[in-house]
Formats: sequence, C-alpha cells, structure tokens
Amino acid sequence: MIGSQVLVECLKSEGVDVMFGIPGGVVLTIFDALYDSGIRVVLTRHEQGAAHAADGFARVTGRVGVCLATSGPGATNLVTGLANAYMDSVPIVAITGQVNTDLLGRDSFQEADITGISLPITKHNYLVKDVEDLPRVIKEAFYIASTGRPGPVLIDVPADVTTTDMKLKIPENVVLKGYHPPLQGHKKQISKAVSLIEKARRPLLYVGGGIIISGANNEVLSLAEKLRCPVTHTLMGKGAFPETNSLSLGMLGMHGTWTANTAINNADVIIAVGVRFDDRVTGRLDKFATKAKIIHIDVDPAEIGKNVAVKVPIVGDAKSVLEAILAELKTTPNTSEWIAQIEKWKKDHALRYDNGTDEIPPQLVVEKIHEITKGDAIITTEVGQNQMWAAQYYGCNRPRRFISSGGLGTMGYGFPAAIGAQIGAPGELVIDIAGDGSFMMNIQELTTAVCNDLPVKVAVLNNGYLGMVRQWQKMFYKGRYSCSCLKGNPEFAKVAEAFGAVGMTITRKDEIEPAIREAVSNGRPTVMDFKVAEEANVMPMVPKGASLEDMIETHEVK
Amino acid sequence: MEEIILRKHTFTILVENRPGVLARVAGLFSRRGFNIDSLAVSTTQDPSLSRITIVVEGNDRTLEQVSKQLNKLIDIVRVNDITNVDTVDRELVLIKVNAGAAQRQEILSIASVFRAQVIDVSEKSVILEVTGPQDKLTAIVKLLKHYGIIEIVRTGKVVLIRGEKNT
Repeated sequence: MIGSQVLVECLKSEGVDVMFGIPGGVVLTIFDALYDSGIRVVLTRHEQGAAHAADGFARVTGRVGVCLATSGPGATNLVTGLANAYMDSVPIVAITGQVNTDLLGRDSFQEADITGISLPITKHNYLVKDVEDLPRVIKEAFYIASTGRPGPVLIDVPADVTTTDMKLKIPENVVLKGYHPPLQGHKKQISKAVSLIEKARRPLLYVGGGIIISGANNEVLSLAEKLRCPVTHTLMGKGAFPETNSLSLGMLGMHGTWTANTAINNADVIIAVGVRFDDRVTGRLDKFATKAKIIHIDVDPAEIGKNVAVKVPIVGDAKSVLEAILAELKTTPNTSEWIAQIEKWKKDHALRYDNGTDEIPPQLVVEKIHEITKGDAIITTEVGQNQMWAAQYYGCNRPRRFISSGGLGTMGYGFPAAIGAQIGAPGELVIDIAGDGSFMMNIQELTTAVCNDLPVKVAVLNNGYLGMVRQWQKMFYKGRYSCSCLKGNPEFAKVAEAFGAVGMTITRKDEIEPAIREAVSNGRPTVMDFKVAEEANVMPMVPKGASLEDMIETHEVK
Repeated sequence: MEEIILRKHTFTILVENRPGVLARVAGLFSRRGFNIDSLAVSTTQDPSLSRITIVVEGNDRTLEQVSKQLNKLIDIVRVNDITNVDTVDRELVLIKVNAGAAQRQEILSIASVFRAQVIDVSEKSVILEVTGPQDKLTAIVKLLKHYGIIEIVRTGKVVLIRGEKNT
C-alpha cells in the first residue's frame, strides 16, 4: 500500500467521511487515492474556504473537521483558517502536500515551510518524512486536535512519502509523554469554590465557548437554576445557556448588554467557566469586576490568571467540574434581592435601536430572521457590525448553533463556515448573517454551495461600508471615513444569480418578511441583499481601553 | 498598576528529541519580545529526550505565563523554573587572548588561579578554557580584557538541582 492509500485508510479509521480541499501538484496521489475511497471531498474554490468550512463543520458537529491543500500557496492559503480555529479552540486536522523530501529547503517550485509558518497558530504540527510514521502521526493528530482544549493540527506530507510503499498497521494507542489533558478538577479547589458560592449574595455565572466544547450546557442550566444565579455569556458562549431563560443577561463585553456589564461589576462571586477574560470582554482590566471574588474553571491551565487575578482556580473539564460542584452544594445563597435588581436593570436598559425612518435598521432584519426561524436556525456570522447585531438580536437556546469567528475576528469566515455547517447538519436551516465587506472576502464559495446543492442562506446587511470601521471612524476619528466606504459593491443578487444561486434585493421594510420566508423555504442557496441604514451603529459600546462602566448606551454619538 | 520587576529566570525544559522542538520553545519567548540570555540543548540519559536550559530576563508574571504556554507544547515533557531552587550551574568559555612573549607568563598565572586550561598557544596568542558558574567566568574575562581579548565563545548555562530530586 502506498503512502496516499495509507493516509486515506487512516482517515477512515478516524471516522472521516467528509473533507474540504483543493488539489494541486504534490497532492495528486492523495486525491487519486480519495477518488474512489468513499470519503466525500468537497471542492472549495479557495483553500481559505476549505479551512473555514472544516471549522464550521467541526463547530456544528463537535467532530474533527478535515481540510486538504497542496504545497506552497495551497498551504499558505490555509493559514488564516488555522489561526481562526486556533483562537476559537476548534478541532481541525489540516493535511498539506509538500515537495519531495530531497527537494526540501531548496526553494523548490511551490515549496513553503508550512510547519514553520503554522507553528504559532496550530496546537501541534508534523512534517512526515518517513511513510512508516504516517499512521502514528494521523492517530496523534486527531487525538491532539479533539482532546483537552481542542485546536488545529497540521500534517505536512511530502509527495514522495505519498508514493512510497509500506505495510499498513494502524497503532491502537496514542503515546505522548508530554500531553495529558486534565479532566477532573482538584477536590480541594472544588470545595473552596462551593463554600464561596454558598456564601455569595450576588453571584454571576460567566460562561463561554468552553461550555459548548465540553457539552456542559445542562450543568450550567442546573447550577443557574439551583442557585437562582444570573448568567452572562461571551460571543463564543452563545447557546451555552438558553437566552430565553429569565436568568440570562445576554452577552457581556464591548457590545454586551448594559445589564450584563453592570452585573459583572456588581457581582460578589463570579463563576467563570470556559472563558478566557478576553480584552473585548473585560475592557479596562483594573476596573473589571472589582467587587468580585472569581472562581475560574478552565481545561487550559495557561488561561488561569492570564488576564485577571483569580480567587479559586480550577483546572479541569467544565462538565466534570460543574457536576462536582453541583454534587457538593449543600445550601444555596439567597439571591432574591440581586435578582430583583437585575430584573429592574433589564427592564430599564433593554437593547434598542432606531426604527423611526424609512431606512431598514439592520437590527430589524436580524430580529425578523429570528422570528421567522423561531430562533432555531444555525447562524453563522461574518465579522464586524453584522456579527454583533447577530449576537445581540439572534437569541440562541442550544449549543453548536451560533458559529462565529470570535478570537481572530476573520472577515470572510461566515459563508464558508455556513457551507461546512450545512454539510455537517444536512437537514438544518443554515443562515450566514453577513456584511457586504465580509461577504466579498469569500464570495467565490457560492460555487461550492451551488455545486453541492447546499441550501445555505446569506443575509447581507448591506450598508455600503466596512461598518464597524466606519463606526469607529465616526466615534474616534472625527468622522474621517478613510477607506471604509464600499461604494462600488456589485449587485449581490445578480452576482448570486450568475453563480446559479437565488438572489434577492430588499430595499423596503415591508419586503423583509416575505424575502426571508421565501429564502428559508426555497431549498436553494440564496443571497438576500438587504440595503440597510448606512450609518447605523452597534450599541451599547464600551470604547476600546475603557472600563465596562464607561459603556455608551445610546445611538447619539458626538 | 503592578510594579514590573525584571529579573533573570532559569528554565530547564525536558523535551522529546524531535526536529523543530527548539523552534517551538524559542518562539514562545520571542513572540513576547524576550531576549534569550543563554541557551543550552543536549540529549539526556534517555535518548528519546533532550534537555533545554534557558536563561531569560523578564518579570515573574509574564514568565509564569510563558512557562504555562511551554507546558502546553505537545513535545514538551516537563518545564521547571529553577530560579529559586538550590542548584549547581556551570558554563564554559573559550577565550583567545593576546599573549606575546612578554605577557604570556602573567596570563598563565591568571589562568592557574582560575584553574583555566591552556588549550592552544601560538606566537601572539593563547586560548584558555574556563569552566564554572557565571560570576567566575565574568571575573576572568574582566581580568584578561587588559591584555586584549581577540575572541570569546561561551556555552549556555547548564544546571542540575542538588540532591536526589530530578531537575
């Protein structure tokens, strides 16, 4: 059996039935082995699309996403996708072709040192110079990608390795001396956390992507309801706790709700689970949650104490630690006063937007999508204003249904991620809430959607600007719109039609509902181009470097 | 704001003996703008493992973070910050110093005080080899400067914890 066949057999033994990629010179033998392998290979139109699709697939299914690219530019085109998956802890295995081993390091045609390039943006990577190592490396790669804090793993395979003969033997176990992901939390620490929680008056659960990865959403719900403890979530934590639950405060941080940001600064005990106190969440650190004792639960020890001082650190898997805390709780705190306070805040400071003119408020589009899909579609987003409006106005009740580029903030992520999500969840409705700037960054994947009969929807909140850039320029750069205006955008509906998808243009408020209803029921890839208010802002907003207390709540901006 | 105090830390890192490991380790320091003062890499009693000893200057909190990040690398088996641990540490330096007939005797007597080995003698220069802790090496270098040092090469610091405990 030659290397490429070994590779395919090993992928199959890991349960891979679909992968995303583009062929090229040095991976011809691999693609040949895939040809009648039974593994579905989805041809994207750019390698970045392949990486994001694998990422979207992984986030929706909880399985490892796989992408495949050729050497040189094929490999470097994956880089953004790998960095994106690394920042958001998404399990991906990326396989790249490489020039022959005897040509390595000689500036050969389409040679790029992809293991060197991807070093800081992968959880681990391999250059396989001996075909005999291939089965072990693939086994390790899937194990590393999917365990502990997940992340992308890259395997670089020189062309001659794919053509060399060997006798296939897939190892049964993975032996890695330096890799032992923690699972159970430390007993003593759990007891400390419990006694802190039992004495709390104003507890707050602050939950993130770790809950979704760990599958701990039921435990979060149990803990919140048992304690009568309000819950705020991060962008990555959308779906970790039902947003329709009265204890949910919505998202916190730069564009979080007034209530969530105020609650975190008034809480006396914060139970932070599967979160990393990112700067977009905390704002100015020395003013963050100053009244609170923080319990921080995370599977990654390097996250503990990285940004804020923590009273009770617990390293472990969110689900198992929360189970242990639930089991050990004897009394529950009296939070009625705190809840009453929060109810009042929620009432007085609900999210709101300007709907007083003929212009379509972008928030209204998201609200309508939410209403028509009953909040149960799989939503992907691009990055910028569209992403924040989607986060604010598309309430999410279940995990793995809100797919967004959180850490890296990759424009162009949402659409290929939607393709991956649709392949991972064939019967589901998948909608990419997009901006006109972001959608243009991977618009070529319309072909992928059409060729694979994937009925993904794109709702372009088209304001003719790089909207978030424009908003910052308005607020912090005296309205000098340097390079943020996108006049000259194509007609997206026509573009969609040229690709063989359905295109719609929506210019009036009364067209919004019928357009969405048609799109969600037509069974075809569809682009809805909503011409929305050009200068709507995402509010509330915590200016960069400011404290959460200095949140600006209304649209009126000097 | 917390006060940032810079001081030298010594890390000893046990790693799998594989290509690219050093780049991974060095990358975690360089990404935060740390300059590595000294570095030593070698195999150990177990051929599948290598030991990296790194001396780097930085504040305690950032270096604790680096140490945690190092622990996350798959190829790394163990990271130990032994800055405050009772250890023996050694460095080796080769010094090529000007030594005409007139100065040679003086230099040789300095060498003997520091138990330096003379490993090469030519008409105008000698090469000395000195082993010891960092301050001893610094002291002899300072003395020899007077004669004109032509070239110096120094290994990274190597360290073991005293007693039975593993480094």
